[in-house]
Amino acid sequence: MLTVSTGNKAVAMAVKQAKPAVVAAYPITPQTEIVEQIAEYVTAKELATRYIAVESEHSAMAACIGAGVTGVRTFTATSSHGLLYMHEMTNWAAGARIPVVMANVNRALGPGWNIWAEHTDAMQERDTGWLQVYVASVQEAYDATLMAFRIAEHNDVLLPVMINLDGFLLSHIMQPLVADKIGDFIPPLHLPHAIDVTKPRGYGGLTGPDEHFKFRWDIERSMRDSRKVIEETQAEFNRRFGREYGWTEDYRCEDADVVVLSLGTLGKEAEMAVDSLRKEGIRAGSMRVRWFRPFPKLDLNGRDVVVIDRDYSFGFGGVLARSIEAKNRVDLFSVIAGLGGQEVTYDDIAGFIRNRRMGEEFWFGVSGDV
Amino acid sequence: MLKAAGPDSVLVVPACCTSVIQGIYPNTAMNIPVYNVGFATAAASASGMSAAFRSMGKKTNVIVYAGDGGTLDIGIQALSGAFERGTDFLYICYDNEAYGNTGMQRSGGTPLGAKTTTTPGGKTDFKKDIDAIVAAHEPPYQATACAAYPQDLFKKVQKALTFRGPTFIHVLAPCPPGWRYETGKSVEVGKLAVKSGMWVLYEREYGKLTITGPSKAAIKKPVPLEEYLAPQGRFKGIDRKALETLKQRVDRTLKRFAQEEAGVC
Ligand SMILES: Cc1ncc(C[n+]2csc(CCOP(=O)(O)OP(=O)(O)O)c2C)c(N)n1
Ligand SMILES: [Mg+2]
Repeated sequence: MLTVSTGNKAVAMAVKQAKPAVVAAYPITPQTEIVEQIAEYVTAKELATRYIAVESEHSAMAACIGAGVTGVRTFTATSSHGLLYMHEMTNWAAGARIPVVMANVNRALGPGWNIWAEHTDAMQERDTGWLQVYVASVQEAYDATLMAFRIAEHNDVLLPVMINLDGFLLSHIMQPLVADKIGDFIPPLHLPHAIDVTKPRGYGGLTGPDEHFKFRWDIERSMRDSRKVIEETQAEFNRRFGREYGWTEDYRCEDADVVVLSLGTLGKEAEMAVDSLRKEGIRAGSMRVRWFRPFPKLDLNGRDVVVIDRDYSFGFGGVLARSIEAKNRVDLFSVIAGLGGQEVTYDDIAGFIRNRRMGEEFWFGVSGDV
Repeated sequence: MLKAAGPDSVLVVPACCTSVIQGIYPNTAMNIPVYNVGFATAAASASGMSAAFRSMGKKTNVIVYAGDGGTLDIGIQALSGAFERGTDFLYICYDNEAYGNTGMQRSGGTPLGAKTTTTPGGKTDFKKDIDAIVAAHEPPYQATACAAYPQDLFKKVQKALTFRGPTFIHVLAPCPPGWRYETGKSVEVGKLAVKSGMWVLYEREYGKLTITGPSKAAIKKPVPLEEYLAPQGRFKGIDRKALETLKQRVDRTLKRFAQEEAGVC
């Protein structure tokens, strides 16, 4: 079925098809439309979900965990301060191995209040044990949400998954959307450690130094195993619905002398920058990083690398740039751009690539001209 | 409200509509310092500020100005803590009965039957009685007010600031886009809330209740609840059962107030 949709509504539509038993929700701009749309579905009896209108995000994630440990499918959505406010519980969801699926609409952090796009919110969750995927179109928001349930609930994973979409730039824009009948694409959830009154067990009790590290390692082991599950799920998705997804979305990279890497909608803008640079005779390519946890293996050999971060880790650098640098041992040009919704056009990105200064960090709008 | 408080005052504002209406950086619409804080933190932030001013020997009024969501829901833990500790501050909750900033989702302050964007079929739960919760902390002074009666609000703010310790004023704040009535009718709708007994104006000094202003007449002879509900789109098509339940609630509340004031328990 072909429709038009906003990024938020596309996520809600995918959730409707995934049929979670429990949705716990709290409003925050620019995510609110997702939970409002789900409330509409539930009120209209189009979706038989228990909708818990909790009193905070901490409670939203806690309610998903409480529901999830009984073995049912759960979903929530948040953004920015909401995500930060649930931080204790995001760690808990991963540690307790509850495959919650959550949409996070990326937004800047205060003070001062800013409701526009930035990735620093999700970056602060990167060490929690959540899988993270960043999307760049309405269709991809829908597709990634469907795949998230299948990946999170896979027996080799059983970790929560966060779908990230840029505030307003994607959450509120309208694009065509193909919504399919999903059949049995998302199999029923079988949580091996679900609460069972016929087999009483204690959950999350005291754990000494001889055991704790084993649970930590188990999270990492599943994170590693998730790579295969992600690849299988994306291949199966392509087979069933004819849309292909990888770890990254590569654009004109084959013969590129310089590649620009970014997350989310910046990656779409970067493709246009690549086209315009190619006309000037500069062989540029764009590699939009989709999966951030687990972190993808990137093939960057022999090329100049430009990384645009819509986030920052103070005292360290752009999180994507420094991650790529550490994992790939490459010298790169790190651009910090688009914080708090700062406008970044493809012309700006073409400028970053054309005038790259390898080994340096450049703050767009602060550091002067490239 | 700020007039009543005077210049030696600081406003503490969690995320809410007031975060927006105070103006955009670098401007501010207020003539006193406004400190914007995290959504859940108003009473805790104010606790720190109050302790600091008092440690410097300053009498500066620390005034929280928070919405119903920031007070009844996400901020209630901090609120309870600050009141239990006897924090010297004034907490004003302006109650538009939903999350206004984010486009009118239900809150703990939304009344039964009201439609919001997360209760499109009308809310199925009651409005949380935050005043009873605050009263359980036994603050020296607490009051209710309504934006339609600004003089009454002015006096209550002035009075609250004469007390040491935590004080609380709960202000009903009609909201045209959220309650779905014409903007020009705000005063009328606010007055009908009081006259119908849906909202009762009172003060509680060291626990002792005094019904104030037009509520004195209203609790004896309220106008029919329908008169208050009718102009508001959020109550349009409210089902009969919800309406009956609301009416019974109002009856019961008014009786309870009348009896308490008369000393009958
Ligand atoms: C931790 C956190 N969660 C959610 C939000 C989003 N948010 C900002 S204001 C608001 C609603 C405020 O409602 P209320 O307190 O009733 O004040 P009003 O907007 O109605 O004035 C919400 C949900 C936020 N800023 N921080
Ligand atoms: Mg409100």
